[in-house]
Amino acid sequence: MGNVLAFCEFTSSGPKSSALSNLTFARQAAAAHGGEVIALLIGPGAAAAAGAVAAFAAKVVTVEDPGLDNYLAETYAPIVARLAGEHGASVVTATATSVGKDLIPRAAALLDAGCASDISKLAAKNQFVRPILAGNAYSTVEISSPVICVTVRQSEFAPAEALGAAGAVSSAPAGAIDAAGATFDHLESQKSDRPDLGDAKVVVSGGRGMKTGENFKVLEQLADLLGAAMGASRAATDAGMVPADWQVGQTGKIVAPNLYFAVAISGAIQHLAGMKGSKTIVAINKDKEAPIFQIADYGIVGEWEKAVPELIEEIKKVKASR
Amino acid sequence: MKILVPIKRVPDPALKTKVKDGAIDLTGANWVVNPFDEYAVETALRLLENGEAGARVAGAEIVVVTIGPEDAAQQLRSALATGADRAIRVDAEDKALDAGVVVAALVQIIAAEKPDLVILGKQAVDGDANQVGQMLAGKLGWAQATFAASVELAADQKSVLVGREVDAGVEYKRIGTPGILTVDLRIVSPHSVKNNVTPATFAYPDGPRYASLKGIMAAKKKPMDVKKLSDYGVTTTPVTREVGIELPAARAAGQIVADIPTLVKKLADEAKAI
Repeated sequence: MGNVLAFCEFTSSGPKSSALSNLTFARQAAAAHGGEVIALLIGPGAAAAAGAVAAFAAKVVTVEDPGLDNYLAETYAPIVARLAGEHGASVVTATATSVGKDLIPRAAALLDAGCASDISKLAAKNQFVRPILAGNAYSTVEISSPVICVTVRQSEFAPAEALGAAGAVSSAPAGAIDAAGATFDHLESQKSDRPDLGDAKVVVSGGRGMKTGENFKVLEQLADLLGAAMGASRAATDAGMVPADWQVGQTGKIVAPNLYFAVAISGAIQHLAGMKGSKTIVAINKDKEAPIFQIADYGIVGEWEKAVPELIEEIKKVKASR
Repeated sequence: MKILVPIKRVPDPALKTKVKDGAIDLTGANWVVNPFDEYAVETALRLLENGEAGARVAGAEIVVVTIGPEDAAQQLRSALATGADRAIRVDAEDKALDAGVVVAALVQIIAAEKPDLVILGKQAVDGDANQVGQMLAGKLGWAQATFAASVELAADQKSVLVGREVDAGVEYKRIGTPGILTVDLRIVSPHSVKNNVTPATFAYPDGPRYASLKGIMAAKKKPMDVKKLSDYGVTTTPVTREVGIELPAARAAGQIVADIPTLVKKLADEAKAI
């Protein structure tokens, strides 16, 4: 016991940046429990990505099988649970991505483990700090089950640095695969060259006041100028102006970039929960009473139609002068 | 078809969070049905009715269940008033519960009720844990479709095709019955729920329905069983305990800047953000 099994999402070139945040937590937990970190890669390309992941963990275990080509909680959770047992894991962890949130509680049920979701800090060996009530309070929870499952809020843990020596890579069998009647049908995604919302250093978000999806074009110009990801408030995604996966907030993505632009966003509690960890917040809103100004570092009271194009021009000037 | 909808009461999310004696201060809290659980009830209603005709499919039943103290009966009545058929309240103090205990109780209720689908909110907006649906599916060995933004019941009623909001977009996953669904915000959009009964052209109003006066009156006569955890043989005890609570540090007051050139200068020189 005492080891930490870290479920890591990966691409062909290595761990996703969300996985590196998970590995940072995994190292802290392994130190607290007196064990080592075992990175677990499941799915197609796991063996090929293992070498790059081995720079970050003492051990890497890969599981590949044609039956695992598409992620399903039903087929992945039993593997996570079985390997947690085989590797003496006291802590099983993943980043709180849509996969981690779907998978880890199911694995916890199979392990009879208590589960701490979306944690922001390891407070003590079995104690975890996590935001509750839309980030309006931080609760410290103690979990007393022999195995503990955790999902980690990416924005609260810096990406892990590479270790001096590469970890040992091995593969494990998938075992019997039973999807319990579930099948992956298809994924509808909008390809974008912009960074992922969760990783971006700069995020440009628009709200209800943008009025139409067409009007987001000017925000996209600002985003592309700054290498930013695009975000939106629930009002804008609900109105169908922009894709739902742009939503920043309690029930959307949680982001904490260096710089966050909130354009024509009033600043409902649900939205603030998703972005108030940002280092610098800029709000542009024509209503000077909008709650967003209470948390913004810099506010511009004015219409986005005028402010955003001017902002783009001014930033271009500053960039050109360097 | 029979659908079970577990619901939880939460303090009104619109009210300010207060802390007293190292815990969230709930004195005088205004309790409401967790919004995502309201969406779960609405999803069940839409799956089992002709929305245009306003008529329930014959033989369909919706059972709502909560695990909580006597006051929580009020939230069950709210669900009955919008159209659920009967309710079960498992009497327990909030302190005696965590996700594992709730799941253990739901497993037993499901064994007794044998629903075709269990629909839950994806998370309760007080604890924001997002665990119960997945854990329940794991314990039962059932398929799960979490974060559902759309659901389409197959003509043979043996499966549902679920549009799930994931980080990369919308993933479509099919699960057979019996199965577990947890619902996200957009499940209550006008065309999110399809059941081969409501005409495809019919648009629901955005959001969950309100109870009518007639519905509220009818709810008073609908059956509500009150059970104890021991009635279901639940001996699971909580493994999760809150040991501290704190409010987040307030952000320092910001400044309104006069114009864009000033803003850009401050972003470059003061915040060093561009």
